Amino acid sequence: LGKKEIDEELLEELEELFVTSDIGINTTLKIIDAVRDEVSRKVLKNPEDLKNSIKNKIFEILNIDNSLKQVDEKPYVILVVGVNGVGKTTTIAKIAKMFKDNGLKTMLAAGDTFRAAAIDQLQVWADRVDVPIVKQQEGSDPAAVIYDAVVSAKAKGYDVLIADTAGRLHTKYNLMNELKKIVRVVKKEMPNAPHEILLVLDATSGQNAINQAKIFNEAVGVTGIVLTKLDGTAKGGVIVGIVDELKIPVKFIGFGEGMDDLKPFDAKTFVDALFEKND
Amino acid sequence: MFATLHDKLNAVFKKIKGQAKITEDNIKDAVKQVRLALLEADVNYKVVKKFISAVQEKALGEEVLKSLTPDQVFIKIVHDELVNVLGGDDQSTKIKLNPIPPTKIMLVGLQGSGKTTTAGKLAKYFQKNGKDVLLVADDIYRPAAIDQLEILGKQLKVDVFSKRDEQDAVKIAKEAVQHAKSAAKDVVIIDTAGRLHIDETLMEELKNIKEAINPDEILFVADAMTGQDAVNVAKTFNEMLDITGVILTKLDGDARGGAALSIREVTGKPLKFVGTGEKLDAFEPFYPDRMASRILGM
Ligand SMILES: Nc1nc2c(ncn2[C@@H]2O[C@H](COP(=O)(O)OP(=O)(O)OP(=O)(O)O)[C@@H](O)[C@H]2O)c(=O)[nH]1
Ligand SMILES: Nc1nc2c(ncn2[C@@H]2O[C@H](COP(=O)(O)OP(=O)(O)OP(=O)(O)O)[C@@H](O)[C@H]2O)c(=O)[nH]1
Ligand SMILES: [K+]
Ligand SMILES: [Mg+2]
Ligand SMILES: [Mg+2]
Repeated sequence: LGKKEIDEELLEELEELFVTSDIGINTTLKIIDAVRDEVSRKVLKNPEDLKNSIKNKIFEILNIDNSLKQVDEKPYVILVVGVNGVGKTTTIAKIAKMFKDNGLKTMLAAGDTFRAAAIDQLQVWADRVDVPIVKQQEGSDPAAVIYDAVVSAKAKGYDVLIADTAGRLHTKYNLMNELKKIVRVVKKEMPNAPHEILLVLDATSGQNAINQAKIFNEAVGVTGIVLTKLDGTAKGGVIVGIVDELKIPVKFIGFGEGMDDLKPFDAKTFVDALFEKND
Repeated sequence: MFATLHDKLNAVFKKIKGQAKITEDNIKDAVKQVRLALLEADVNYKVVKKFISAVQEKALGEEVLKSLTPDQVFIKIVHDELVNVLGGDDQSTKIKLNPIPPTKIMLVGLQGSGKTTTAGKLAKYFQKNGKDVLLVADDIYRPAAIDQLEILGKQLKVDVFSKRDEQDAVKIAKEAVQHAKSAAKDVVIIDTAGRLHIDETLMEELKNIKEAINPDEILFVADAMTGQDAVNVAKTFNEMLDITGVILTKLDGDARGGAALSIREVTGKPLKFVGTGEKLDAFEPFYPDRMASRILGM
């Protein structure tokens, strides 16, 4: 984008940059059309103005309050959901580590009772982070496991409970109902819980993440997004359209397989990275 | 809002009805609609560009506009070209069994793409064909990766080779192949750890495994939901390992799966199978025509 003038070629370059960041052609055209108007009204005089204006627009979309909800009851219950393989279980380890480092008594619930060795995987993480885990046999009812964990965390005075769930495609009606049941059962014990329902999205994914966000949100009311795998070359641009439309903030980003590879989302850093060319 | 490509093209062609032949000018809007459909399906930006110009070339001079259903004639041109690029009736999509067993298959790919599950699915597939299979747990990094494969092996009653205390994935692969030979296995399926294409150390590890065991197939396992980055990932895996084929997973969702086209385009390697669920029988051969319709949203 080192050009002197704003012309069609430059707009096309921007289109390519955005589409290849997975922002999606619809959101991209929306952004470009918005500046096209400012260009024709001579509000934007050179490519630098243009770039700043677009950066600002995207920043404003993404820069919504992304702090964790504050509550005055214990335990603080976080339910982690998403499609298969996006990084839910690993993210739970990272969030648990974060709370533990902040001196909070944290417990995990092995709510993925379906996938082979999902419980063992969470157990390994619980050991590494050094937090207790509530689990049952593979194949048991996930709602029952998570309910038990809420009761146990409450009784033992834990500050935070983070519940894992099995990966599920948003298109699977029964599995989405199972998720609703988990939320219902948790509410029996704590009417305001889960206090956070975090949807994990993989930065590598394309436009399908929009459907994921919409349908998980309709089913259980997502309070925040965690964008994982940003350590690769994918930019995760699909969240721009998602946040714009659903107004669900991105709360954390994941950038590695280790338990310290998690940070609160920062809109400015993210927007700057969008404008860095990859190759 | 949910107008299909058909509807959109129909509207476009209504406007230019009565003109005899396709010209670059009168086809512009139709081409634009196809371009948007492909981009919405996550086909890579550059791959779309190339594909579109190929379609345009094919369509020029065709007498589609006189037809009663010019939109359908045009869609057919697009669809056929897409099928063609996706492999057409390429016969290399089967897995070649080595005349001297065991046939060695390595599964590689990004984290969470579905390698371990696919290893189980492939084992089941060969088992159904009367083959004696050995699964190899060669992911020494992911928590409980060995347990995961062992559970799948138990479900299938297929042997799983693992070495819990070994920290060298190359050694495990070598020993597993030795073991397969002495146990007269027909097929060895090696599950490797997920890794980023830009992780030099771990990409080097895969190269070393390849050199050590000389696999018959190196299958790149990719998630059908992958976006634009599919080209970077597939390209690097192919450059480093010279993969022999691709398996596309998680097609049971509603992702349009444009990554299939991107991956095929940048690697030139055949798509061999698709995963259509978490269960081990949710596994099918790859059909280019079905994939083409899906990408076009038809
Ligand atoms: N590079 C990278 N890999 C990650 C990140 N987060 C998770 N992973 C890896 O992605 C793979 C899948 O992670 P999991 O945490 O098991 O994902 P999941 O969503 O729980 O998967 P299912 O429970 O099977 O649906 C593992 O290999 C993780 O190590 C990340 O931020 N960066
Ligand atoms: N819906 C669906 N889920 C699948 C399919 N294939 C795999 N999965 C799920 O995707 C998630 C990740 O699968 P794994 O087989 O663990 O992926 P992996 O590539 O081995 O992951 P790493 O070893 O962490 O890199 C699991 O929840 C699987 O059940 C598929 O075809 N459809
Ligand atoms: K990145
Ligand atoms: Mg998990
Ligand atoms: Mg695996």
